[in-house]
Amino acid sequence: MTRSLVIVAYIAATILFILCLGGLSNQETSRRGNLYGMIGMALAVLATVFGPSVTPAGYPYIVAAMVVGAAIGLYAARIVQMTQMPELVALMHSLVGLAAMLVGYANFIDPTVAATLTPAENTIHEIEMYVGVLIGAITFSGSLIAFGKLSARISGKPVLLPGRHWINLAGLLIVIYFGYRFVNAHGVAEAMLPMFVMTVVALLFGVHMVMAIGGADMPVVVSMLNSYSGWAAAATGFMLSNDLLIVVGALVGSSGAILSYIMCRAMNRKFLAVIAGGFGTDASAPKAAGGAAQPAGEVHSITAAETAEMLRDAKSVIIVPGYGMAVAQAQHTVYEITKTLRERGVNVRFGIHPVAGRMPGHMNVLLAEAKVPYDIVFEMDELNGDFPETDVAMVIGANDIVNPAAQEDPTSPIAGMPVLEVWKAKNSIVMKRSMASGYAGVDNPLFYKDNNRMLFGDAKKMLEEVQTALKAA
Amino acid sequence: MSLTIGVPREVFPGEKRVATVPDVVAKLIKQGFRVAVEAGAGDGSQIGDDAYRESGAEIVADRAQLWRMADIVFKVRAPTPDEIGLLRESGMLVSFIWPAQNPELLQALAARKATVLAMDSVPRISRAQKLDALSSMANIAGYRAVIEAAHAFGRFFTGSITAAGKVPPAKVFVIGAGVAGLAAIGAASGLGAIVRANDTRPEVADQIKSLGGEFVPVEYEEEGSGVGGYAKVMSEGFQKAQREVFAQQAKDVDIIITTALIPGKPAPKLITGDMVKSMRQGSVIVDLAAEQGGNCELTVPGEIVVRHGVTIIGYEDLPSRLPKQASTLYATNLLRLAEDLVKTKSIEGDRIAIDMQDEVLRGTTVIDKGEVTWPPPPPKLSAAPPAPAGPAKPVVVPPKPKGHGEPGGPMSPGRAVVLFGIGALLFLLIGLSAPASFLGHFTVFVLACFVGYMVVWNVKPSLHTPLMSVTNAVSSIIAIGALVQLAPDLTKISADLSRPNEWIRWLSVGGIALAAINMFGGFAVTQRMLSMFRK
Repeated sequence: MTRSLVIVAYIAATILFILCLGGLSNQETSRRGNLYGMIGMALAVLATVFGPSVTPAGYPYIVAAMVVGAAIGLYAARIVQMTQMPELVALMHSLVGLAAMLVGYANFIDPTVAATLTPAENTIHEIEMYVGVLIGAITFSGSLIAFGKLSARISGKPVLLPGRHWINLAGLLIVIYFGYRFVNAHGVAEAMLPMFVMTVVALLFGVHMVMAIGGADMPVVVSMLNSYSGWAAAATGFMLSNDLLIVVGALVGSSGAILSYIMCRAMNRKFLAVIAGGFGTDASAPKAAGGAAQPAGEVHSITAAETAEMLRDAKSVIIVPGYGMAVAQAQHTVYEITKTLRERGVNVRFGIHPVAGRMPGHMNVLLAEAKVPYDIVFEMDELNGDFPETDVAMVIGANDIVNPAAQEDPTSPIAGMPVLEVWKAKNSIVMKRSMASGYAGVDNPLFYKDNNRMLFGDAKKMLEEVQTALKAA
Repeated sequence: MSLTIGVPREVFPGEKRVATVPDVVAKLIKQGFRVAVEAGAGDGSQIGDDAYRESGAEIVADRAQLWRMADIVFKVRAPTPDEIGLLRESGMLVSFIWPAQNPELLQALAARKATVLAMDSVPRISRAQKLDALSSMANIAGYRAVIEAAHAFGRFFTGSITAAGKVPPAKVFVIGAGVAGLAAIGAASGLGAIVRANDTRPEVADQIKSLGGEFVPVEYEEEGSGVGGYAKVMSEGFQKAQREVFAQQAKDVDIIITTALIPGKPAPKLITGDMVKSMRQGSVIVDLAAEQGGNCELTVPGEIVVRHGVTIIGYEDLPSRLPKQASTLYATNLLRLAEDLVKTKSIEGDRIAIDMQDEVLRGTTVIDKGEVTWPPPPPKLSAAPPAPAGPAKPVVVPPKPKGHGEPGGPMSPGRAVVLFGIGALLFLLIGLSAPASFLGHFTVFVLACFVGYMVVWNVKPSLHTPLMSVTNAVSSIIAIGALVQLAPDLTKISADLSRPNEWIRWLSVGGIALAAINMFGGFAVTQRMLSMFRK
């Protein structure tokens, strides 16, 4: 394969990748989109392998590495539970970060690259390498921590070191200083120290950054790391003067950035505030406000049988799932209930908050797994006007996203966050394990409303009882 | 000194209702009013003067004196010219007025500088339901219509098997499922009849079913909901299809109750003479629209007639035929109005100044201190939100915008200038320092960012997780970076450079393996997810 042929193949691959992302704009075309992505990837890899940059001497290594990687990847994709998707995605981001680091180092210790460059080009190239490894390292360690938090291996609570902003600033200064030394270093050996120090600082920075972010902000973090993994690929592309890598990296990077933005908007938070860590910029604020606006009133609890009765008598029901449904793996039972109710002519719909769950679109995937048809699953904005005409709104393991304080109490830490207005329904049922507050640490006045009933217990167990009661009647 | 509410005896011939009842009198007094009732006002509703007196009302024998002492007059029927003469200058009157049909009455009242609240003009919004006298009266009319029909009908309503033989159930067809129609459906099915009902507004089908009726649709694509929960005039084609349905029903049913009214228009003629002819001997038609000309061509307003062996009841005063119930409900509606007047401070001490900012009071008030304020601005909300307008019946909901569509509005000019300024500066710096080869890549990079931005905005929120996993798979393109370094063609490179081939190879192999996990795993898991999305 000649170099020109490889470039043409790269262009084709680029187009396929763009079509791939474009295909995801709706469910009907999404599968084709994914297929385009696979073809594009295959094309890019094959063109590279059989192109002039790879000699046949490398084939055995490539095949071996590919087979090992493919086996692990396919196995993971097969066994992963849909509720574990956020963890898997975070883990995969870390792999991209690590790969970017390895590629950067490989390029760094290769003296033949610099030999062909002019001094100005060489400086640029060194900066590219440095930045590439930097982003890769942050992505790697940050994603690993995110994985730990999402899989509950690490506590979801934000870990806030004293003076954490100063620590970050110091880290940035160190990175810049060693960057300067790195560019001015002569030879690989002399440059090794700055490169190494920077890598360590970047790894620590990634850990520190994600540790400081609370569990409810995880959708932002996951999409942000998604973005980083793209920028890491783009930086690698600059380093290797490879346009395909640049284009794909930029596509992924901007996609992740947009997702982060959408998630932040859905929580009415500033991106920087999320990244700066903790919930609310001032850690003491939520507590004080929560104390002042303690909702008064009585909590009415309800049994599974009574819940079934309310659902049976309803004409229209809106189900609002949250992270609790994912934790309890209750999505299949939810669908069983939905089916039973729909057979009885009840209009059942699902309302999904943009940040429900631990990653963007998490709830949609879970409901899809349980075979809930997607035309009864609606976004928050599509459904919010319908609550007053709804007989029963059933909240399953969600809290902050249905908190009326966001609209009613301007001092609340979540004030202004768009929420699903379940309290406007004629009745609401909240399924929760206990009265504990959500990740935002804000008490929920919804629980004390007169038309609200609490169904305490594990979501799955309770829903199974509801379903049994529904079937029995 | 508190305001006095005066309740005169109704003078309209045959009117048996009265504008207040003893229970309500007590509550009005609690609100701070004094109540004066004309002697004998409650006779038609079987309420004696003593009952009023016990609950705290003053009984006034002299008609003129009652009108003179009343700051506010509560009435049922619109005032006669005589009564207008009795009304105090700048007094306040609450009753049915029908301003659209009675412009002269409005002028006469305005000439007396009166403040007039029309109970027929209460806006149809949820908050005003408690004082919606039209609904309470319609409810009674619907019930009474069934009773009248049962009275005129020679058979049982309910079907049964008796020792003397089998009795088939009566079949009732109700046209128009408004308040009166629904009450009729409930009453008729309560008596055991088979009830069918039709309405031009398809959304009432559920309400019909909930009362035990069966919805008979007109198979024609048109939406009949007008503003404020009322029906509107339908197209020619629809009317034809509707007549066919009615003709068919007429042949089958024993009793037809028509309640079809369109605000401000004569009642639509829905039952033709031919349809009446096709009905069985002894059948009954109750025409609740008789006052507006009737839904049946053969209706004689105010009377019972027999045509082609079918009894056609055209009473205009059905609520008055259930006087005690009608008076109680109407009095309660007036009480709610009085409460609202106090709550909005429209009545405070001796002062009466209607709060025209309040939507309910604004709509109800037809004359404010001699100034005609009718008609009010159109109501903002319908009880059931009207379906999106369109030439055809909107069976197909217009497609919702996908994804996030437009990323917000245009940004403010000031911010745009700043952003463009920063951008320009950055580009200038890059242009000054970077070599041409870098700029080529940079161009590609910037353009790709924009393409990504444009493409991803269209992604549906429900597909955000697949989007992340697919972008994650795509970012394993980094494998290319490892591939090109694994075993490059070294023959063209001068040999005096020592390349640490082993190190590079193993770093690259590691990179490829990691990227391959992502590549295969990412695409596979995306595929798995996407195949789950189904309609």
